[in-house]
Amino acid sequence: MFGLNKKDGLLFLVVIAITLLAPFLLNPFPEGSGMAQFNAGYPDLLQRFAIYGIFAIGFNILFGLTGYLSFGHAAFLGVGSYAAVWMFKLFTYNVVPAIAFAVIIAAIFSVLIGYISLRRSGIYFAILTLAFAQMSFALAYSVLSNPKFNLTNGETGLQVYSNDLQMFHRTGLPDMPHIFGLSVRASYELELGGWSFTFNVGYYLCALIMLIAFYFAIRLFRSPFGMMLRAIKSNNTRMTYTGLNAKPYALAAFVISGMYAGLAGGLLAAMDPLAGAERMFWTASGEVVLMTILGGAGTLIGPVLGAGLIKYMENIVSKINDNVLHQWFAFLPDGMEDAVVALIHPFVGKGWHLTLGMIFVLVVIFLPGGLVEGGQRIARLFRGKKAREAEKSSQSNPAE
Amino acid sequence: MDVILLQILNGLDKGSAYALIALGLTLIFGTLGVVNFAHGALFMIGAFCAVTLQKFLSLSHTVIDESQTDFLGNPLKVEMRYIEDWFGPEIGGGIVEWSVPLSVLFAIPVMVAVGVAMERGLIKHFYHRPHADQILVTFGLAIVLQEIIKYFFGANPIPTPAPAALAGSIDLGVMIGFEVNEIVYPLWRMVYFAFAAVIIGAVFAFLQFTTFGMVVRAGMADRETVGLLGINIDRRFTIMFGIAAAVAGLAGVMYTPINPPNYHMGMDFLVLSFVVVVVGGMGSLPGAVLAGFLLGILESFASTTWATTTIPGINQVIIYLVAIVVLLTRPRGLMGRKGVMED
Repeated sequence: MFGLNKKDGLLFLVVIAITLLAPFLLNPFPEGSGMAQFNAGYPDLLQRFAIYGIFAIGFNILFGLTGYLSFGHAAFLGVGSYAAVWMFKLFTYNVVPAIAFAVIIAAIFSVLIGYISLRRSGIYFAILTLAFAQMSFALAYSVLSNPKFNLTNGETGLQVYSNDLQMFHRTGLPDMPHIFGLSVRASYELELGGWSFTFNVGYYLCALIMLIAFYFAIRLFRSPFGMMLRAIKSNNTRMTYTGLNAKPYALAAFVISGMYAGLAGGLLAAMDPLAGAERMFWTASGEVVLMTILGGAGTLIGPVLGAGLIKYMENIVSKINDNVLHQWFAFLPDGMEDAVVALIHPFVGKGWHLTLGMIFVLVVIFLPGGLVEGGQRIARLFRGKKAREAEKSSQSNPAE
Repeated sequence: MDVILLQILNGLDKGSAYALIALGLTLIFGTLGVVNFAHGALFMIGAFCAVTLQKFLSLSHTVIDESQTDFLGNPLKVEMRYIEDWFGPEIGGGIVEWSVPLSVLFAIPVMVAVGVAMERGLIKHFYHRPHADQILVTFGLAIVLQEIIKYFFGANPIPTPAPAALAGSIDLGVMIGFEVNEIVYPLWRMVYFAFAAVIIGAVFAFLQFTTFGMVVRAGMADRETVGLLGINIDRRFTIMFGIAAAVAGLAGVMYTPINPPNYHMGMDFLVLSFVVVVVGGMGSLPGAVLAGFLLGILESFASTTWATTTIPGINQVIIYLVAIVVLLTRPRGLMGRKGVMED
């Protein structure tokens, strides 16, 4: 199906189902109930899930397959955002050309940066990409926003003003990003008993693009090209000895992953026509590394899971404050309640980064394969001993 | 001439900080072969050692001073610091004022302990994992340390002034024959530079002239052989990790009067310090120091009005540009050794 084998096809179908039904699935708690704050089914967050999912899938193509750890991937996301907003400013609010332009600009950027950075590997590669990203950030933040040549609008961020050119903008079209006249903010609310579900045009646009991106990634993982990238990761020296030049393959992976980042940046701008330099800051690059590792680098679904988890924590765990904690633990005796709340307090609300950091450290130490490996281990526990033995015998040992 | 001299001086304090952090990074990398992304966090913890000591020394209680009255005619309530109670206002006040230099003494044991705990508790398990894993786990650790500090000290920068005697500026130009007010330089930055020079000298002397240092150097060159000779090289390397942590911490302690510490100051320095290490050459201690000062001075030259008007924004990107050029033309860095991280 779709040119995928049975297992991948099934995975893809599951992902399609989850993505399309996400407004239902992520809204399990009725409106007004105490648990309603854990609902993640609102458009803003859903869009972010999909967009950062794309970003992480792209990063995984580089890091998961070739093993090159880029610490400057956010530069491409930022560049994509700027490109998309410029498209809005100059031509039209229609998102299609904006996103296409974002991808193209990000591709050009990643060819330049990749060509230089890929001359080194390992830690040097990480530092070179980091240096390029920090340089782009510094340039976007200050230099490229002088009055004579205002490309990025500095600290304020690039946005669309009413006196902008917008050549193809007509009066009938919405005054915000739209898909051929259908505003990305248009939503349909469905009330079902105590539940309320929102179906947002922007989310379904992101979801559709994410599914296409995901499908492309599966095909890439299973292609001979993907095998070549894996060969770079597992033993670059041996690959060179066989007479293959690894550089063009690594560069291709870098550019593809840069285009994914540009796509994500363009979508971010399409959902909210604003682009700021902070999107290129190196912590943003660190975040996508976290997402990929957390979910499982080198796996298909891992990066999407990681992106979802981090964005969920960022938006939901950071909202839990002391009042909420007191409500939860109200069943405990007073002294114990206070103690428990005091114990949890540093980890939630503003301190969610602490939780994130700890989870990340634990995952790197104990689960180098991320959540996906965790899932596999649990699955193996539940499967009987027989299945385990069968698996062992069917595994082919690589010739060394 | 005076402009050039002034810019060199301006570059020295930042250069000292870069050199100290890069020195620690290189020590860790050279001995343990670990790429430590949490080194910036150690710098930050050092700075917060100074903050802690200052807060601790300024603990106070309220006393009623009968000799003074407030505007209602009641006896005035005065905040009395315990330390002034114990040592009298003269000495006690002095101790509070000199809290930053005093924190150096406080920070050394703390930082060594933090460093050793970090090495034994976490990094030990990562020697045989790929460099990417080391980067990731120390990156995660840096986030955790940063958030812990944020939890205790808040997100805002905390001013920690230098002692009044060292807070002014001196007219260096007069001493070497320039006009008055041509080269005026804050005194504390001179102190910082001198301090950094002493620390760097001490580390080099320690490695060069002690038996311990000799063994460590031998271990850096060939760990396995030293181990085979029956020397417990792991323990020495752990101690070196502690020393590297202390160097970063001291750099942080003394930097507090220049820049009020906040919880993400370490990360801001870390990125640049890595660039410094790479420019200097992975694993080369003199390279790290040289590149630290060079880049610091280069940065201050790039911040002059002349430079920024000729090429706008050059001050923001100069270090990264230099790093890119160096990495591409001299892949081993300025003083990198053959065979260290060649891939």
